[in-house]
Amino acid sequence: MSNNNYFSGLFSGIKSLLVGLGVTMKEFFTRKITEQYPENRKELKMFDRFRGRLVMPHNENNEHKCIGCGLCQMACPNGSITVTTEMLDTEDGKKKRSLVKYEYDLGCCMFCELCITACPQGAIEFCTDFENAVFDRSKLVQQLNKPGSKAVEKKPVPKPAAPAAKPAAPAAQPAPKATEVAAPAEKKESNPETPTTV
Amino acid sequence: MFDFTVVTNWIDALLLSFLPGWAATLVECVLVALAIITLYAVFAIILIYMERKICAFFQCRLGPNRVGKWGSIQVLADVLKMLTKEIIDMKNVDRLLHKMAPFLVIVASMLTFACLPWNKGAEVLDFNIGIFFFLAAGSIGVVGILLAGWSSNNKYALIGAMRSGAQIISYEVSIGLVMLTMIVLTGTMSFSEICQQQADLGWNIFRGHVPAVLAFIIYLIAGNAECNRGPFDMPEAESELTAGYHVEYSGMHFGFYYLAEYLNLFICAGIASTIFLGGWAPFHVPGLDGFNHVMDYIPGAVWMVGKTFFVVFLLMWIRWTFPRLRIDQLLALEWKYLMPMSLVLLVLMAICVSLGLTL
Repeated sequence: MSNNNYFSGLFSGIKSLLVGLGVTMKEFFTRKITEQYPENRKELKMFDRFRGRLVMPHNENNEHKCIGCGLCQMACPNGSITVTTEMLDTEDGKKKRSLVKYEYDLGCCMFCELCITACPQGAIEFCTDFENAVFDRSKLVQQLNKPGSKAVEKKPVPKPAAPAAKPAAPAAQPAPKATEVAAPAEKKESNPETPTTV
Repeated sequence: MFDFTVVTNWIDALLLSFLPGWAATLVECVLVALAIITLYAVFAIILIYMERKICAFFQCRLGPNRVGKWGSIQVLADVLKMLTKEIIDMKNVDRLLHKMAPFLVIVASMLTFACLPWNKGAEVLDFNIGIFFFLAAGSIGVVGILLAGWSSNNKYALIGAMRSGAQIISYEVSIGLVMLTMIVLTGTMSFSEICQQQADLGWNIFRGHVPAVLAFIIYLIAGNAECNRGPFDMPEAESELTAGYHVEYSGMHFGFYYLAEYLNLFICAGIASTIFLGGWAPFHVPGLDGFNHVMDYIPGAVWMVGKTFFVVFLLMWIRWTFPRLRIDQLLALEWKYLMPMSLVLLVLMAICVSLGLTL
């Protein structure tokens, strides 16, 4: 205990108090964060990371990126996603999984975003809509893939890359790998015809 | 400067023309009391609205904005709610003291409220020991708070009341010393003379320069503590004591405490503006006669209320910035820092005045 402590403590205390006052005074004049919801409904824009409800973006050709692997369904802790798929024969005689129906139950979704993290294709995302109230519970079950939509056409996977697909895993997992490997070889040949995907 | 005694003399003469002397005095007393109570209620409403708005702005919110334009009649709605609430009688309380306590608090608050000089010639309670009376009347409020805590028969209320007692009595030392510092400068304790002097010679905070500015800051800190407002709101510390000394009160009895809290804030700011910022004295810059003349056109009451609300804003700024102190920190702040500092200031001011260093 010395006099130095007393005075240095006093002055450093005053300084930190002044810093605090400065912070609140700055806050006093900043734009207020409050959204006055019903009035500003037209121009209200939620921040990008807001998790409103799950959507599956479609491009202008009514194509989505979902390959029907079902990883999101497995990742969902609440079982609010049901993916229905079918096996189709491709023209080169192979079987390929394809999405039939992607059902999402908003009523039991807890917006954990595990499905989006799990998706290898980036096919689903949360949109910022928040007016989700409906009068009937059944309306909360939504089909995310639009009627008549289909998955984005992949460039045909070249022969050498094909064995890379592990037979045990659900079709999706190796897919990105395959495209990655394929991409450099592919580009020179097919560039003019097909726009690059994913 | 408009002298309000013109109005009071006219009313006095009018009443005396058809009433005997004692009746005229009685009627005048009632009129003054009505005016004070009305002002009291009006300022309470303004202050509560202001507090809610300013608090919101400091927290990056908008505050009340649904009842009326900009939420302007929100407080009226709150007052109506408070008035219609039931006053609950508790079983094991000390009935008499329990019911008396809020009135003691509000009486002390109104007495000090009456000390404020509103305009030249518009002081209600004004005598040669005005500041002394102000301090004495203000202390009655502590009794009310202690009684409330004691009579409620409730642990939290008692702890809150004891904290409040310790706090207010401690900080009254600083307030007294700071006021003494300013009395050294002015040489009078009467509020009207203090104001008149400042109208003639300039505001005390400029006349007393360094010691006066430091005294003003100490007064703001100690005054905030006197009003039991954050960061010194130990007595009611809602997170630990639920509501402190007024936890057992409901309805309008609680309303009295609430009212008194806000009016004490106003009174504290009003006294600060009276003894430091010139009360109703307009702002004058020596040498700029045109400017001074324009300033003289603004009525004294506007100056007084304007300055008071400026100080209220400062106090609210402090309140909504700092976190609450612990009781030992609170007492250490007073006894180890503020009181020695105000003693030093008192000596400094005395030296300044005796050597003629004041402006």
